[in-house]
Amino acid sequence: MTDVVVAGTGIHPFGRFDASSITDMGVVAVREALREAGAGRDGFQAAFCATAYGGVASGHKVLGRLGMTGMPIVDVEAGCASGGAALSLAGGAIRSGQVECALVFGIEKMPRGIIRSSFFEPWQEAAGLAATPSYFALRAQRLMQTSGVTKDHLAAVVVKNRRHGASNPDAMFRAEVSAADVLASRVVCEPLHLWMLCSPNEGAAAVVLRADHARSGSRGHSEGGPCAGANVRLAAAVLRSHLPGSVLSESTPMSGLARDDVPTPTEIAARAAYDEAGIGPDDLDVVECQDTDAGRELLSYEELGLCEAGGSAALLEKGGTALGGDLPVNPSGGLLSKGEPLGASALGQVVELTRQLQERAGDRQVAGARVALAHTVGRGANASVVVLVR
Amino acid sequence: MSEEVAVRDGLFVLGDHPALVGGRCEECGLVCFPTSDICPYCSADSVTPIELSRSGVLWAWTAVTAPPPGYEGAVPYGFGVVELPEGVRVITRLTEPDPSKLESGQSMQLVLVPLTAAVDSGADQAVLTYSFAPSESRRAAHRKAER
Repeated sequence: MTDVVVAGTGIHPFGRFDASSITDMGVVAVREALREAGAGRDGFQAAFCATAYGGVASGHKVLGRLGMTGMPIVDVEAGCASGGAALSLAGGAIRSGQVECALVFGIEKMPRGIIRSSFFEPWQEAAGLAATPSYFALRAQRLMQTSGVTKDHLAAVVVKNRRHGASNPDAMFRAEVSAADVLASRVVCEPLHLWMLCSPNEGAAAVVLRADHARSGSRGHSEGGPCAGANVRLAAAVLRSHLPGSVLSESTPMSGLARDDVPTPTEIAARAAYDEAGIGPDDLDVVECQDTDAGRELLSYEELGLCEAGGSAALLEKGGTALGGDLPVNPSGGLLSKGEPLGASALGQVVELTRQLQERAGDRQVAGARVALAHTVGRGANASVVVLVR
Repeated sequence: MSEEVAVRDGLFVLGDHPALVGGRCEECGLVCFPTSDICPYCSADSVTPIELSRSGVLWAWTAVTAPPPGYEGAVPYGFGVVELPEGVRVITRLTEPDPSKLESGQSMQLVLVPLTAAVDSGADQAVLTYSFAPSESRRAAHRKAER
């Protein structure tokens, strides 16, 4: 099967940009990625645009502005995993031989405040059952019951990610915070305080994927060679939805079964991605995972197999997931530092990890990183797991 | 006395002996809530509506402190998951808005509560939704007496 490599990456910072439209931000990210890839208007044969709130033909607007149309342009919506979904489609189109090169980009301009989601029915809203952070809180609270996680652990995740984010010029929040600061912010839904939740915001990210026929068939890591601009192979890009039965599934059902053995969408996606990439969690050097809230990051450790079930608090305590640890998680600062522009967030992770593997990540560089994993999960449910290998 | 209506038809049985209406699948035997014409677990078209038990145990909980989109009632209010004997865990409001007063596995009882601000100002109608209250809580008993 044809190998797929990341030929170029681009990003528009994540934050609030009142003077820029969603299209403006997309143009910035797409241009940078195409420039890195050395691709012009005829350089790609398909485009996939991830967005959840962009509206009709969001991708066409960006590429229309750039005078780059004619090829199929498909908008992709898969909640928080929209970018992972778009990447998966583009990777598949290249592997199947349909196209040689595909442009994948994510764009978003989120409404302010608690997001009103069309996902909920009017009666659920009227009954007060549409408070999205309260579902995050229940998941965090279960983790406290099952994994020995405390509020101090939740605060420590924020402290870690904000420290990482301080050296990311594309992050929204670049000031370090203390655990005391985090715990002094107001309680949104116990046990989650305001600073333990990421901010919905705006931004764009883009990736150019290209067929690499020369490398096809080789499953191992490339040896030696220059790091900057090094070939980064898309070893897996998997999207999965939920199975019924888990009451706290990201599918946000009104009920579930009284059993705890229903695999989560993240677990299903991770298994498939490890399988496809021919690696296991022990092979990972760096991870970007969904930290919509601090509890979600810890849950991701367990679901992705970075630790055993119930071991997330211990892994965090050991410092293993901080920069300098055995397996840094969210060196970009995560969504807690960057904010979450839904359509762009997963591709933002891929941009970060590609640059990590190319040793272009500056002060937040994970030394010698060769195998990276990006994870998003959210409403739908949708979970995406991407594996990149240098 | 005002007429009482459910926030959604068919969600629960109104009256002195309220009950959530779930669905039991004749094929796989699993129970869902709310009920549905198609089983969410096995796709069979053989779901029979059943009245779920009025009491269960608390499985997860928090409190909502700011009004979520589309909600016009009072805050804070409790929010959580109650596990019922039919083998189903239900997302629900809780009458207790202080999470520190609740504990895992405690017994909870179904109650219907008015969505105050959702009462149609013109009509003489109270919109009710379902909630769970701590079974042995003196506070809950006191509130019930007040009502």
